[in-house]
Amino acid sequence: METEFITGAEALMRSLEHHGVTTIFGYPGGSIMPTFDALYDHTDRLNHILVRHEQAAAHAAEGYARVSGKTGVCLVTSGPGATNTITGIADAMIDSTPIVVIAGQVGTSFLGSDAFQEVDLVGITQPISKWSYQIRRAEDVPLAVAKAFYIAGSGRPGPVVLDFTKNAQVSKFQYKPVSVDFIRSYVPVPETEPNSVAEAARLINAAKHPFALVGQGVELGNAHQELKDFLEKADIPCGTTMLGLSAIESSHRLNKGMLGMHGNLGPNVKTNECDVLIAIGMRFDDRVTGNTETYAKQAKIIHLDIAPSEINKNINVDVAVLGNCKDTLRQLAGMVYPARHTEWIESFKKYEDEEYYKVISKEISPGEGPLKMGEVARAVSEANGNKAVLVTDVGQNQLLSARYFKYSQKRSIITSGGLGTMGFGLPAAMGATYGAPERTVCAFMGDGGLQMSIQEFGTIMEHRIPVKMILLNNNYLGNVRQWQAMFFNRRYSFTPMMNPDYMKIAEGYGIESCLVETRKDLPEAINRMLNAKGPFLLEVRVIDEGKVLPMTPPGGTVSEMLLDC
Amino acid sequence: MENRLYTILVYTENTAGLLSQVSAVFTRRQINIESISASYSSIKGVHKYTITTYTDEKSVVKVVKQIEKKVDVLQAHYFTDDEIFYHEIALFKISTPELEDNPNISKVIRSHGGSIVEVNSVYSVVKKGGLSEEITSLYNELQETGCIFQFVRSGRIAITKSNVERVNEFILEREQKHRKHSGCKE
Repeated sequence: METEFITGAEALMRSLEHHGVTTIFGYPGGSIMPTFDALYDHTDRLNHILVRHEQAAAHAAEGYARVSGKTGVCLVTSGPGATNTITGIADAMIDSTPIVVIAGQVGTSFLGSDAFQEVDLVGITQPISKWSYQIRRAEDVPLAVAKAFYIAGSGRPGPVVLDFTKNAQVSKFQYKPVSVDFIRSYVPVPETEPNSVAEAARLINAAKHPFALVGQGVELGNAHQELKDFLEKADIPCGTTMLGLSAIESSHRLNKGMLGMHGNLGPNVKTNECDVLIAIGMRFDDRVTGNTETYAKQAKIIHLDIAPSEINKNINVDVAVLGNCKDTLRQLAGMVYPARHTEWIESFKKYEDEEYYKVISKEISPGEGPLKMGEVARAVSEANGNKAVLVTDVGQNQLLSARYFKYSQKRSIITSGGLGTMGFGLPAAMGATYGAPERTVCAFMGDGGLQMSIQEFGTIMEHRIPVKMILLNNNYLGNVRQWQAMFFNRRYSFTPMMNPDYMKIAEGYGIESCLVETRKDLPEAINRMLNAKGPFLLEVRVIDEGKVLPMTPPGGTVSEMLLDC
Repeated sequence: MENRLYTILVYTENTAGLLSQVSAVFTRRQINIESISASYSSIKGVHKYTITTYTDEKSVVKVVKQIEKKVDVLQAHYFTDDEIFYHEIALFKISTPELEDNPNISKVIRSHGGSIVEVNSVYSVVKKGGLSEEITSLYNELQETGCIFQFVRSGRIAITKSNVERVNEFILEREQKHRKHSGCKE
């Protein structure tokens, strides 16, 4: 077949299509104009969503990737367009989210001259991306794009940056599609040492009180069934990280809830009581461990992870099982003996009851007084039959909706875990609706986080993006306020916040909306939101000085949670 | 845990900007690089860094893993001094009149095994290869005579004592696996 001469920009379009891309979140500008010009002829195959700020393009690509498992794509211009994506790139790096950010760049002859909208994007993004590469010639496009998608999506996923110089966009070359499934310096999935699996199985088989920690690695490795097979066979209770909340159904008898600073009491207490701790696709983040000096000291620790650099990084482990947990869990399940740990599993009940009585019941069914964030989250979850995708912003809205939502399907929580990016929720939820068009996507946000991305009402309006937006309005930057109350003597330094009339704003954008101030109006409002065809903003006025509980104070011992403060 | 000098050998693809990625691994963890030297290696297209750092074993293990995590890094390993052959080189620009007037200077140079590679009426150039301490000792003694105009020393370069060439084996193994893998697909 004769190959044809096309521009680098056209080659990018064909390469994206070659790699199965259907959706792009982007924003045009000077040095990416040739690429947007090429895109103009590809809109039948590439659905481009024009966001209102490039940071939202990156977060939308993240939301798309997190819900679908496919690599999200965003397309922006050089200079400020590119730097606006930085937060999204860093967020994707720390939460292992596969995205490819393609940014325009000045022509190679201008590089280093401080030309208009020139920024050293590769230099800036190297420390916060999995791979960052400058395309300087049109003929490099097919291979660069192939490597980008291979690196972003394989092994432990992450963000890849392509810095696309203007001359490479406009010059012509003979295009041939390229695919990559091998880079000799890059080992996406390390070899599993058979002895490590055998040693892990030996420890588990000898354990009387085994406990598993389930992380996002299970979702990323699509190892949901393997996880259950393993846990059920050896009868091991588990806790999940915030990013791993939907790796196993909330209702599963072995799922004992969320780990970490604002997790559930049982799994945190039991972390420091178990005799064998099995960490699966999680990285012992400080929000999970608290003080590492007092973390699970009594236990033998087994760590299943795909990234060798995570082993012994924060917590020293006794056995490391490298590999994709889909494979290693299957191998492990084959080697562990069927067991029953009935008494051990029942011992969680005491803590569940205590937490329910002292914390949960007050949050989800306070009966009187102002509305609470937890009861709104639980009501929305249940109104969806616990099947919706939860997207959160960051802060109290995040922690309480994550705690009180229930998960029955995989890939149902999209939240900024590692970076804690306010403003993440709304654009990530937009992206999620494109990644899972058949699912209901509920975005929980505070009044602080919504206003960091409120310009995306424009995108939502234009594309009628069916995001169900739940604004939990307390007129505070609530989580910081809570910490100020606890650790800074209630000195509320710049956490009270004046809010606009969100109903009027929604009206201006033609977005259907509803304000709820009392408990009795909540169910009807939720129904209205869920029955609305397109986007919907539900503003709920919640308790102004609400608290996220329980809590392991920063640097505290994981098993010593505050149930009140 | 005890601090000591470690030598890290890093093998990378010849990609632009990789040195800053590797050095960022150290700075981010507040570990100082004592010396760094980069060159091509005996393997076509592969570059080699010799990095020395004064730290504890726990930290050096983490640093090496973080370096290996970079997509374009083939392998990284750390060594103690007994596991490698290593060398440094130094150049001294000294005053020729002083060299002629003070017989002690050429004695010092000779006793340290330095060699004079250039002499003109203004300055002479002394070259000295060897271990870090040997170079320091020559420097200290020449400095006492007050003859030094300029002094420069290289970072350490090192090769392993092992009989196994781990990087060559890694590349061979990776490429064999790839051929086998793509063979299966066809």
